[in-house]
Amino acid sequence: MITAISYKSKQINFKEKAFKKTLALSAIIVVVILLAIFFTLLINSLPSLKAIGLKFFYQTTWDPVSDQFGALPFLVGTLLTSFLALVISTPFSIAVAIFLGEYYKKGPVAEIFKNIVDLLAGIPSVIYGFWGLFVLVPLVRELEMKLHVAPYGVGIFTSSVILAIMILPFSVSLSRQVISMVPSHLKEAAYSLGATRHEVITKIIIPYTKSGLFAGLLLALGRALGETMAVTMLIGNTHDLPTGIFSPGNTMASVIANEFTEATGRIYTSALIEMGLFLFVVATIINVIGKQIIKRFTLE
Amino acid sequence: MEMVLEAELEKKKKLSQSRLADKHIGRRNKKNIFFKGLIVTATVISTLPLLFILFYIFKQGVGALNWHFLTHLPNPVGEPGGGVSNALVGSIMILLVSCVIAIPIGIVIGIYLSEEKRSRLGYYCRLAVDVLQGIPSIVIGIIIYEWVVRPMGGFSALSGSVALALMMLPSIIKSTEETLKLLPESLKEASLALGVPYYKTIMKVIVPTGLSGILTGVILSIARVIGETAPLLFTAFGNPFMSTNILKPMSSLPLIIFNYATSPYNDWHQLAWGASMVLILMILILNIISKIVQRKWKVQF
Repeated sequence: MITAISYKSKQINFKEKAFKKTLALSAIIVVVILLAIFFTLLINSLPSLKAIGLKFFYQTTWDPVSDQFGALPFLVGTLLTSFLALVISTPFSIAVAIFLGEYYKKGPVAEIFKNIVDLLAGIPSVIYGFWGLFVLVPLVRELEMKLHVAPYGVGIFTSSVILAIMILPFSVSLSRQVISMVPSHLKEAAYSLGATRHEVITKIIIPYTKSGLFAGLLLALGRALGETMAVTMLIGNTHDLPTGIFSPGNTMASVIANEFTEATGRIYTSALIEMGLFLFVVATIINVIGKQIIKRFTLE
Repeated sequence: MEMVLEAELEKKKKLSQSRLADKHIGRRNKKNIFFKGLIVTATVISTLPLLFILFYIFKQGVGALNWHFLTHLPNPVGEPGGGVSNALVGSIMILLVSCVIAIPIGIVIGIYLSEEKRSRLGYYCRLAVDVLQGIPSIVIGIIIYEWVVRPMGGFSALSGSVALALMMLPSIIKSTEETLKLLPESLKEASLALGVPYYKTIMKVIVPTGLSGILTGVILSIARVIGETAPLLFTAFGNPFMSTNILKPMSSLPLIIFNYATSPYNDWHQLAWGASMVLILMILILNIISKIVQRKWKVQF
């Protein structure tokens, strides 16, 4: 009898340990996957790192035939589209965040707008690109005719507009979260002194949430840097250095998307992977900093 | 006499002050109203793109959408009609396989993170999940190309599934963790106090209680990756024919939208609009299902 019980308890003990081990092991797997991603990118971009070195970042010719891989045009394209998208979307995203975080926190109006923002986040990148190609491109072309610049239609500006729409839901959800965390006693104190809502928002809420809002913008920027499909469809895919916001260009992600399957030669593939490594490192740094700021803000 | 005059003066002074205050308040009120108007206008403008996009896709896609469209292969260039059955089947198969890979791993890691709130491994794991979530999807494509496609010697639906699974993982982990964290400690303690072993407490008490939250997270993560194109470009690759072999290239809805949208042919654009509409409807339905699950099976404490 006693042996039976102890046998059973041993069995349970074993299962208990196995269960806890499995849990811990699976947690280790995620960390290992992440490290493996980094090292896979690094090792595969070594040939290009060795052959091209720093020229990768300042040379402007990208010519796979003569083995010249200068990624400056794509770097400029990536930064230009992302920052322009951020500039376009920020006023709107902050407005929507204030709308949902302060004016309409609950009720049917809030529900409708929340659902719209969620849906906006749910539309796939490729559909944004498709829509942009058939609706936005003709509009931009008309605008370019009026401004007397070459009417490509596709280009940096068009991609930035689509990117701005795509990152809006992301920064809205972060900013709204931050705005809703402003302690109510601060707001109430201001109201009791006779402040209007406008004054409470500009003098209490925004200064209080400054760091959180900044983190939201940073994370949205990280999102924009790596966005691929819509940009690939709308940016024009030229290998020249962009001359202005209306000129066609290319981003790192779209170059990878366009050329990776066709790349022949070790250095060509490796140069494309090096761009992937760059995107990975930048996105990771932005993400970690942004998340840290938000975490610190939440703890306060 | 003088007293009266002084009182009069005082009165006048007060009056003008209050008038000044009135004016000041009026200005502040106007500013307040103007500001609200600005916010509301900007918010309404922000929602316009969604309405435009949905409207346009429905307008273009509704004509293409019928039974024929869902059950036939795409026609070659020059022949109008045809369907996207290969992409529909491909999308569903790729997603099913990625669910099989990602859901168990994601839930197990989520359980670990909700249990180990302060351990060092938990901290690094959480950090890794955050970073994983932020990796551009095109980079995931490169990684899976190096990990799966190259060793296997060619593009395959399986590699596409692995790529999508990698993209689903962070959101499944996060939703599981968040759901289980919200369950009261007393629930676990009650079960343990009855002598139920730890693993049974987790599997039979904690996980079932949080099931609706976990399921919602899983459905939303499917909705998020169903339209992912970039990681499939160098993995599943696409296939103009019907294929159900997961070791061979396979088509999927986002891939044919990309290929047909960027082609110069009108018939193919029509197919792409139809496919976009199918994709958006699938995403809408998944979102609605997640809301229903959330509402129906909600466990409250």
